[in-house]
Amino acid sequence: MEALTMKLNGEEVTVHIKPDAMLLDVLRDELGLMGTKEACGQGECGACTVLLEGEPVTSCLVPALKAQGREVLTVEGLASRGELHPLQKAFVEHGAVQCGYCTPGMLMSAKALLDRNPHPTEEEIKEAISGNLCRCTGYVNIVQAIKAACAE
Amino acid sequence: MSEEFSFVGKPTAKLDAPSKVTGQAVYGHDMRLPRMLYGSILRSEYPHARILNIDTSRAKALPGVKAVLTAKDIPEIKIGWARDHPVLKAGKVRSIRDEIAAVAAVDEETARKALELIKVEYEELPGVFDPEEAMKPGAPLIHADAPDNIQEKMRQSYFHGNVQKGFQESDVVIEDRFRLPFVAHCCLGTSFCLASFNPSGDLTVWSSTQMPFLYQRDLSMALGMPAHKIRVIKTTIGGAFGSKLDMYPFEPICILLAKETGCPVRIAFSREEEFVASPTRQPVICDIKSGAREDGTLTARQVSMILDNGAYSSWGATTPLVMMLTISSLYRVPNVKYDVVVAYTNNPYSGAMRGYGNPQATFVLESHIDMLAHELGLDPMEIRLKNANQPGDVTGQGVKITTCGLTDCIQEAAESVSWKQKRAKPGNRGVGMASMIHVGGGARIYPSDGCGSTVKVDDFGKVTLISGSTDMGQGADTVMAQIVAEELGVPMENVTVINTDTDITPWDVGAHASRTTFVAGNSARLAAADAKRQILEAAAVSMGESVEDLDMKEGRIYRKGEPEEWIPFEKMVRGKHFQLEGDVILARGWYEPPTERQDKEYRGNISAAYGFAAQAVEVEVDTETGEVKVLKIAAAHDVGRAINPLAVEGQIHGGVSMGLGYGLYEELLVQDGRVLNPNFADYALPTVLDMPEIDSIIIETDDPAGPFGAKGMAEPACIPTAPAIANAIFDAV
Repeated sequence: MEALTMKLNGEEVTVHIKPDAMLLDVLRDELGLMGTKEACGQGECGACTVLLEGEPVTSCLVPALKAQGREVLTVEGLASRGELHPLQKAFVEHGAVQCGYCTPGMLMSAKALLDRNPHPTEEEIKEAISGNLCRCTGYVNIVQAIKAACAE
Repeated sequence: MSEEFSFVGKPTAKLDAPSKVTGQAVYGHDMRLPRMLYGSILRSEYPHARILNIDTSRAKALPGVKAVLTAKDIPEIKIGWARDHPVLKAGKVRSIRDEIAAVAAVDEETARKALELIKVEYEELPGVFDPEEAMKPGAPLIHADAPDNIQEKMRQSYFHGNVQKGFQESDVVIEDRFRLPFVAHCCLGTSFCLASFNPSGDLTVWSSTQMPFLYQRDLSMALGMPAHKIRVIKTTIGGAFGSKLDMYPFEPICILLAKETGCPVRIAFSREEEFVASPTRQPVICDIKSGAREDGTLTARQVSMILDNGAYSSWGATTPLVMMLTISSLYRVPNVKYDVVVAYTNNPYSGAMRGYGNPQATFVLESHIDMLAHELGLDPMEIRLKNANQPGDVTGQGVKITTCGLTDCIQEAAESVSWKQKRAKPGNRGVGMASMIHVGGGARIYPSDGCGSTVKVDDFGKVTLISGSTDMGQGADTVMAQIVAEELGVPMENVTVINTDTDITPWDVGAHASRTTFVAGNSARLAAADAKRQILEAAAVSMGESVEDLDMKEGRIYRKGEPEEWIPFEKMVRGKHFQLEGDVILARGWYEPPTERQDKEYRGNISAAYGFAAQAVEVEVDTETGEVKVLKIAAAHDVGRAINPLAVEGQIHGGVSMGLGYGLYEELLVQDGRVLNPNFADYALPTVLDMPEIDSIIIETDDPAGPFGAKGMAEPACIPTAPAIANAIFDAV
């Protein structure tokens, strides 16, 4: 077991893990943050996307120790003090959520985009979430929601 | 039209969305119980083989393994629609999905290791992977009691009129063969089950089922235990699309492991397992002959289909009944004949998937309509308009069409893609369209097609709808809450919906056949009306008024015509409660649609309303490479009334995306019974970059039987897309 210390959703945490544990499994099974979803385990669907130092990564493929001493943001860290993040609000209001399994990953990919580019074009939005699969929504309202969040 | 309503017809955010955007929603995969074990299943290495020996001794000896089960450890019960499917296999395997052994261990890794230690000796048998081959004499026999690999109930024939006569009277007759592939549901949340027994032997199953009460019954049958000892709790569902409409072997296996170990056991599929071992949309081989007069009037339609059932029966084997509606009743066709046979193969077995056979039937029919139009030199839109179903029609199958917006759907979809300006023009762009019919007012395939609801109003004005219905992400809860708020006359924020627990909720068939808004919605409306009556009766006594003179809106009770002077409804609820011989407000609703079961010749009106749609598509084709770019899809849907337009549009977008995948991108590649692309990298699910502009056009026909006029519309969105694309490609090249 190794000690992993990271800044998770703004707070420093330390957890003892197997050296080969993936970040996704540590978040879910060791830290109880079930918001991040596993839908393929192979980095192909984007459901497990979290931000590592602000960059979107598929946490199912990232060894947890890569987060040593670094910042990790998950969907649980988006809202602050009960106030939804503009992206979360827009997803709710624009019907961007159906079954919701892809939603946390979508939100994190969108957050990474808006952090580096607050006013993206529709093409840039699509590019940013092109690695996130959704079976329910046809992506239409997701793109609308991200656009609306930019306008805030 | 919806101005008269407070909540119906207003775009409304889904009730569960806040919990889903914050990561709070609990899906099955997120559940952990004390002492919970992880189950895992060993599947066959061969699509058809005799099992000579199974040695589990090394797996049992592995530290952390709590149980290993094979067929000899469990009751010999067969499940599935045709009762042809042993939960764990003995004697032989018939597909690579076949479950041979199951393990429960302290963690997933140990369970996986244990599977690797199980040694199975096989004797490979010749397999058959094409349903036509499977029906030939001398083909390998898959089930001993199904000669020629067909069960008697897997053959069906339907007719109305006389097709021979119809073809004789036609000016043009064309014949073609179509083949349609395997595709997969690709729910982002994979198959899941968590089972736990209490010391009295009562079983609780947490499941992503979309039919909790039939599931309860099926589990009871599979386990040989009374259904009243089984409680089914639905977790948040990570997508279903029909895949969770049946009980599959992994579910009884999970429960048997829990029983064996005395611990809660969960089984969650990996993505590869989901692709290999959950049901598919069934492949179809279809011969079709269509006749028409030179003015485009349809005269006769003859369809002959062979379905690949795979090795065992799930709902896939029953999809011909849904295809039959389309074949008999899409457009006015006086003479129709339909013969279908479903054959076993050693392929993965198929199940229910959004549209339930209708996407296949519609692809064939709607392609042929365009081929007929081409043969006759007619505009494909005009031939559709000429033959379109109309309100009041009764089709040859006895289908009673009440509201029908098909003509409007065709015209508005065409308009949206500038049909007249763009069709049959030079260049590499083209437009195409396709229509569809689907049940929209329930589907009476069981003796009951009903749904029960309870409305409870508490002392503080909280209104709880307890409904048998199932929300799998489509937004049923929100629609139910809108209906209750509207009917009862309270703010939406007062309404909550509970529909997750068979110990609490009244019965419902399940979320299939696009029936939930119509059937569960009518049921919820009845319960809300009953609650309103009870509250107004209490108010009448308290206010010294007659109940007919009172009304209630937005939680305010007032004399009709004098809404300025009002009393909060919860005050009246408390008033009724806090008195001698008082009572609580507890109301009920049971809705059974006014429909009939089909007779032996498959005639009868199984749905109380029918949904119609037309989609029109513009494509650009690279004639060098064959690459197709879809530029726009206009989807016009007769939904009766859109109770939640935001959700209706969401269903249209998602359905169109699934239809687009079916038409252009997706295929589960199955070779000699093995799945070649069991991952998202190779399966080609549409991404956001593949999506064209979608124009959702909502046509409201205000169905008299629907709740506030609504009809079912969720499956239809995926049904006409693929043929509309194919027709557009034909126009482009």
